[in-house]
Amino acid sequence: MERIPIVKIGEILLVSIQTDLHDQAALGLQRDLLEKIQNTSARGVLIDISVIDIVDSFLGRVLSDTASMAGIMNATVVVVGIQPSVAITLVELGLELKRIHTALNVERGLALLQQKIGGIERVPVGAVEGPGSRPERRVNQNGR
Amino acid sequence: MPKVQAKLSEIFQKRREEILEKWVKQQTARGTGGASEEALRRECSEFINLLAGVTEAGAAEDNNPQMRAITDFLQGISKDRAKKGFSPTETAAFIFSLKEIILPMVQSAVKNEEDFTREVMPLSLLLDKLGIVTFESYVTGREEVILRQQNDMAELSTPVVKIWDGILALPLIGTLDSRRTMIVMEKLLQKIVDSASMVAILDITGVPMVDTLVANHIMKTVAATRLLGADCIITGVSPAIAQTIVHLGVDLSGVTTRSTMAEGLKLALKMTRQNLDDEREGSEKESDGIKGMKMQREHT
Amino acid sequence: MVAKRPISLPITNELDIVKARQEVRSYAQSLGFSLVDQTRVTTAVSELVRNIVKYAVKGTLDLEMTEKGARKGLRIVCRDEGPGIPDIELAMKEGYTTGKGLGYGLPGAKRLVDQFEIWSEVGKGTRVTIIKWQ
Repeated sequence: MERIPIVKIGEILLVSIQTDLHDQAALGLQRDLLEKIQNTSARGVLIDISVIDIVDSFLGRVLSDTASMAGIMNATVVVVGIQPSVAITLVELGLELKRIHTALNVERGLALLQQKIGGIERVPVGAVEGPGSRPERRVNQNGR
Repeated sequence: MPKVQAKLSEIFQKRREEILEKWVKQQTARGTGGASEEALRRECSEFINLLAGVTEAGAAEDNNPQMRAITDFLQGISKDRAKKGFSPTETAAFIFSLKEIILPMVQSAVKNEEDFTREVMPLSLLLDKLGIVTFESYVTGREEVILRQQNDMAELSTPVVKIWDGILALPLIGTLDSRRTMIVMEKLLQKIVDSASMVAILDITGVPMVDTLVANHIMKTVAATRLLGADCIITGVSPAIAQTIVHLGVDLSGVTTRSTMAEGLKLALKMTRQNLDDEREGSEKESDGIKGMKMQREHT
Repeated sequence: MVAKRPISLPITNELDIVKARQEVRSYAQSLGFSLVDQTRVTTAVSELVRNIVKYAVKGTLDLEMTEKGARKGLRIVCRDEGPGIPDIELAMKEGYTTGKGLGYGLPGAKRLVDQFEIWSEVGKGTRVTIIKWQ
């Protein structure tokens, strides 16, 4: 079984998935990633799934769990490149992946990670937002 | 298989030209609907040949090649005639009219009633069946047109517009049904990817009513845009809709709303400007490692 | 549209899940399904076929093109002779946003397709039939 390569650059681990990810490969990736986080004390992980055109509940859960596990090890995971049809299907399946950060592409994902790792906390500008809307601070947690 | 329709086969073999001539003359007399006599002759000739083929083969089951050949041919001329403005009745009548030509021929060639029925019954049933094929073709053709028009209508009524760098707007107008909302969602997501937008403003000022299904679709759209790293702002929520949503028990917490599109735009600008600030700040603080990687990525 | 013959795939391991997805995607494409619908039906099949591998050890996937008037569709049957689902009603009743539930992924798969039928008997097996229209 081929293992997905994980590239370390600075404090960030970059995983660029090039083929359809089947079950064993996904679990293998999770394992390898956590190990690498431990060995390198990486603070951020960027997973690029722009090539993947099917994400079912199994893969969705693996991604979600990986983010949680990495979080416990003090590393932030950002998933980028979710295709529109994949996004729609994920939502219809009922997996909104609320726990993981997402961004449109690698560039945005890196910017987001940089923010998170750099520890920049944005203070809301102007008046406090009313009910039914999210504070502007959340803007930064969601793919920027 | 015994040639039950020996007389009929013989007629097809020996008197094919005569059948063709008589048939063309009959059709011309009844009006060709603008088609040239040549074209009509070709159609009739082809049909008679195919019909002879089916009769020769003996059985008229749907799967044998002769039946398929004649069915395909009929579907073709049905579509053709429908385009030319023939009613389905006229096209079917065209098929049935062949009986008027062939049956008398068989009658004169056959000695008694029994033989006549035996020779002619299968042919008669076959032509009836083929007449119905033309009807079905017509209906299927119309259904295709309707589907296409439905799609076009849905497309036209769901514009997604880029109103600023990184900001998309969707002014939704009229009743939202499942189909439209689905199309809106797909269009929006694709546009987010294509324009690398960060905020989408869904304006429902022009939507008179929202039910659970539509509310759920909107929630789906919001969730899906989040997966693409973008945010949704819903604007133009009328008091009536606000009441409906609460009564339906739909949970809109976590969804940003504003009363008007203008307010929505204000917020969107703030969000995107902030974003650009962050990106700039982020890149200033970039470690060399990331800068190096970024440069590498530009080369791939 | 490219017509294709019905096929029947054996499902016993993970590689079969991959093969099933490829075939379903291919048929959906041949039928002219939109990209999103291709993704939906392929993902639904992925869920169902994974259930077979996970719970029943082996089963089959039957795939065929079908039509209703002007509409073309894809008809898929996933069957196995595994342990069966004791409480189908419960299995179909998952919380929409939690993604939890009994773990069969059935409500999710149902949402992705147009027609969904399930038969299951403890000790006998399970059969799920789905249809996705163009």
